[in-house]
Amino acid sequence: MTEATPSAAEFDAYLDSIRRLVAEKLIPAEPRLDGQETLPEDLTQLLRDIGLFGISIPTRYGGLGLSMEQQVRVMFEVTRASGVYRARFSTTIGLGSQPILYNGTEAQRQEWLPRMASGEVTAAFCLTEPEAGSDAGSLRTKAERDGDHFVLNGTKRYITNARQAQVFVCMARTDAASKDAAGISAFIIPAGTPGLSCGPADKKMGQDGSATSEVYFDNVRIPAANLVGGREGGGFKTAMRGINHARLHVAVTCVGQAQRLVEEALSYTMQRRQFGQPLAEFQLVQAMLADSRAETLAGRSMILEVARAFDAAGEAQGPIIADIACCKLFCSEMVGRVADRAVQMHGGMGYMRGVAVEQLFRDVRLLRIFEGASQVQQVLIARDMVRHAKA
Amino acid sequence: MKLLVPVKRVVDYNVKVRVKADGTGVETANVKMSMNPFDEIGVEEAVRLKEKGVATEIVAVSCGPAACAEQIRTALAMGADRGILVEHDGVLEPLAVAKLLKALVAKESPDLVILGKQAIDDDMNATGQMLAALLGWAQGTYASKIEAADGGLLVTREVDGGLERIQLKLPAIVTTDLRLNEPRYASLPNIMKARKKPIENVKPADLGVDVTPRLTVLKVAEPPTRQAGKKVASVAELVDKLRNEAKVI
Repeated sequence: MTEATPSAAEFDAYLDSIRRLVAEKLIPAEPRLDGQETLPEDLTQLLRDIGLFGISIPTRYGGLGLSMEQQVRVMFEVTRASGVYRARFSTTIGLGSQPILYNGTEAQRQEWLPRMASGEVTAAFCLTEPEAGSDAGSLRTKAERDGDHFVLNGTKRYITNARQAQVFVCMARTDAASKDAAGISAFIIPAGTPGLSCGPADKKMGQDGSATSEVYFDNVRIPAANLVGGREGGGFKTAMRGINHARLHVAVTCVGQAQRLVEEALSYTMQRRQFGQPLAEFQLVQAMLADSRAETLAGRSMILEVARAFDAAGEAQGPIIADIACCKLFCSEMVGRVADRAVQMHGGMGYMRGVAVEQLFRDVRLLRIFEGASQVQQVLIARDMVRHAKA
Repeated sequence: MKLLVPVKRVVDYNVKVRVKADGTGVETANVKMSMNPFDEIGVEEAVRLKEKGVATEIVAVSCGPAACAEQIRTALAMGADRGILVEHDGVLEPLAVAKLLKALVAKESPDLVILGKQAIDDDMNATGQMLAALLGWAQGTYASKIEAADGGLLVTREVDGGLERIQLKLPAIVTTDLRLNEPRYASLPNIMKARKKPIENVKPADLGVDVTPRLTVLKVAEPPTRQAGKKVASVAELVDKLRNEAKVI
């Protein structure tokens, strides 16, 4: 065994550390998130200390180098607490670092990955624009070559952690003549580069404590060395690497949040009495509890299956992209149902501010929308089926 | 300064403890076991003293069955340098543990032993004090703050009347209270580094200590279930009930 690989017992000990962090620190601090723009620094430091910014980054760049199956098992635990904690490092472990890891030059990896892994640097990923989301082909932000530099102009929208980021991984059109994804390239842009600025934090339905905002590129001039991988036109492929990673992690988040919702609902219905007995003794309530547990287990099981396939596939992700979409689709819709039942089981209390399920209900609504809405996942899955049937 | 930090394997604090059907003890089969939380505070304090440059070496010790190596590994992952397992499968009473620790002190010559004030399984609150008595060392129990001062230690103690500060000469025994620190969560690299740290295995006989129990457990029982309370309409009725029903005044 190499030093870089934890034994099963060591990995279990790490999961135990994380379980305790979640139970003793993260869940008790959830009320502090209400009305916050971003995660308070003391809580962010707890996430850094336990290594969460580095779970997807190899040990040679200072990360933990976990397999996807291990990452998923870690994140099932972390996302029992508010998804806002996960959001603070999600852009770094997925969309920010993975394109640099898999498509970047060695110099780019050396420069950014160790600082991302320690959590010193937060990365933000800029794909979505006012006129382009899942339809990445219609991206309008452009990057024009000027000698050994590129000049970027455009606007990005709903960028998570933009206001906290030290570095931006940005998708921009380098081939002005192209109308599809082929003309898009990925750039690494340090915060503070002249012409780069962020809008105010968006006001959202939920996810208090996790900031999104617009990002503006106004003649942002960066060296050509900041082009990811040093190649023009590979941007969309670069982005997809991070997006596949992020989609599976979003599915995990759905399951973690569902686990928590089931725990909250069970705890409340065992303690709340009506007509002389706890709510949990009524069969109509039991049906909601049972359905929620079964669906959560289904989500957990499919994710573990796909995570193992992800690890086995290595660089060849093609065959599992649709399976990742299946996880994202099922789990996000599933947690929507589980959250709805959890509020229902809480009755009037579930509609009150300050009650965990009320906050979680608003938070999880996002999961069906971002990293590709359910309808985008459905189309992606069905297209894959038809394409294979035709071949 | 060299530190010895004993750590006890106990039922995890999140587990709801159940009495065995035959009343001989509590159920420990298939129950999650962890390091005694007060001992964890002791390990954390030792690691902080090392990080401040006050301590140079931390030796974690556990007395009990072979599985106690897990709790030593936890201490090593938190930052202890090496471990000693005093392996024994039977019951170990506080006096026996204190004698084993005294023997280890003779062997290791630490300047400071940091113990939990008590273990959450039997809550005896005895081992630290017994060890201090056996060694004839200074002791600072229920510590909520430890500072290096004048070649010794300034220990803030949590006593019934508030806080008491005492100056200890070294070598000394300190037992930890809840507010001394918040133990760290072991990171994966530190858990993996702990793999390479040595754990020495000794038996009570190797240390020349007789650990035969001196106490007999007659019966272990659940505390009686709390009865429902009663609402009273007035102070007069309350006093009446306290006097005539509860017969406490």
